Amino acid sequence: MKRYDILVIGAGPAGLAAAQAAIAQGKQVGIVDDNPLAGGQIWRGGPEQQSDLRARQLWEALQGKAEYLPQTRVLYAPAPGCVTVQTPATAPVIPAQAGIHAELNGAHSMDSRFRGNDAEVSANTLHYDHLILATGARERLLPFPGWTLPGVTGAGGLQALAKGGYPLQGKRVVVAGSGPLLLAVATTLRAKGAQVAAIVEQAGTPALARFAASLLATPSRLRQSLQLAAQLSGVPYLRNSYVRAAHGEHALRAVQIQRGGTSAAQTLECDYLACGYGLLPNVELAQALGCEIAARGAQNVVAVDEWQRTSMDRIYCAGEGTGVGGVDLALVEGRIAGLAASGRQAEARRLFRQRAHWQTFAQWLEKTFALRPELRALAKDDTIVCRCEDVCHGELRAYTTWRSAKLQTRCGMGPCQGRICGGATELLYGWRPDAARLPVAPARIASIID
Amino acid sequence: MTTLTINARLVSVAPGVTVAAAIAIAGSGVTRRSVGGELRAPLCGMGVCQECRVTINGRMHQLACQTLCRDGMQVVTGDSGAGA
Repeated sequence: MKRYDILVIGAGPAGLAAAQAAIAQGKQVGIVDDNPLAGGQIWRGGPEQQSDLRARQLWEALQGKAEYLPQTRVLYAPAPGCVTVQTPATAPVIPAQAGIHAELNGAHSMDSRFRGNDAEVSANTLHYDHLILATGARERLLPFPGWTLPGVTGAGGLQALAKGGYPLQGKRVVVAGSGPLLLAVATTLRAKGAQVAAIVEQAGTPALARFAASLLATPSRLRQSLQLAAQLSGVPYLRNSYVRAAHGEHALRAVQIQRGGTSAAQTLECDYLACGYGLLPNVELAQALGCEIAARGAQNVVAVDEWQRTSMDRIYCAGEGTGVGGVDLALVEGRIAGLAASGRQAEARRLFRQRAHWQTFAQWLEKTFALRPELRALAKDDTIVCRCEDVCHGELRAYTTWRSAKLQTRCGMGPCQGRICGGATELLYGWRPDAARLPVAPARIASIID
Repeated sequence: MTTLTINARLVSVAPGVTVAAAIAIAGSGVTRRSVGGELRAPLCGMGVCQECRVTINGRMHQLACQTLCRDGMQVVTGDSGAGA
């Protein structure tokens, strides 16, 4: 059993900012993350490796102060004030005194110290006075014919895989879907040696033009966009366009692209299709803990008050979980949550204006990249929608609720627990997922019974 | 370099490389067969979709995209004919 003043779930920008704010108030802080390295998705591969100075500074500030538990997944809450987590026996627990930096500077140092049998898994209960959820977001992935072929990935998905050493040198890649993430993905893939054949953006030209104009009010984002554009020179950016289908027998060979304003489809040969339609907040853990979830636009978000407090006592939420807004909003929300949970409301209040600024930016983003209705009509009757249980569109479209479809077809009953198909069935059929399933992540029976 | 086996074949990768990447470096990138028998490979890259489940050191259902390669690791994928 372990006890923390403040327990943070998620070591991305929001979680690290929350932890740093709490540590500065002298609190005892624990940080749990299910990845092997901290940084979340945007700083994947470790905050100390990032060009973003804020990542390195936050990480540096936590050295020797916070206790860090990587490769650790929260399963459920056995009682108020604590959570049960599962960790592979080989995953290091980095005590505050040891210094996170020394231990996690590379996979090498972990290897030498924590060689052991990966088969062993241990469960542990962590107690807290205050809990800060910073569980981030995942991609919205939509079904289309061929999307289950090896070689078809999420957009951020292929970026994450590339950061983990996925071999892309000389590979032809089509980046598709929607949102500014596509540009960042294409830049990463190009830097890893991939040939980006095209970026396919479903948003129309007028919406993109209005958004580009709005960047003038946000100089840091404008600068970033111009840098990305320069790095992507020569890559066709197909606006008002979307992937209709992926072709190949056992692996991807080509994608069929619908260009807006024309009836003809275009075929592009490629080795990978990285296709994602924006982000969805990870709300499942908050939901499992009893926190109120609210529908906002096309997202389900964790409802919070001005202090980032959820509807549950002593539980806060910061970052993408409260609504997708990017790294700047995540950092300021994390900081507010960390300060508020440490009893420093006056200091937290000084950050409200900054938060409001990035919230406005986030609303613009959501409006610009709203999904076009044609995307709901891509799946054919024999297109798989639930990839865990291989349930097709033809079997699902007759049902009126998520629950009845689950009971009759097993849609959403597999190991991803509806996290992938749930985003699709919401858009395709208007179903809203019901209560979160426990344990929140697939678990060993011994982790629950012990 | 880190050396591991994938379906009993030796593969060497740079430090910090994930098991998902090692599987792609070694071959097709296929990690599992779906309940309907289709070949599948990693999709989300961040531990959500569960498509990259493989057997690591005898333990089934490990996420290849969330596991870093270690020396001596034994990985078995779902298209090896040997289970997973």
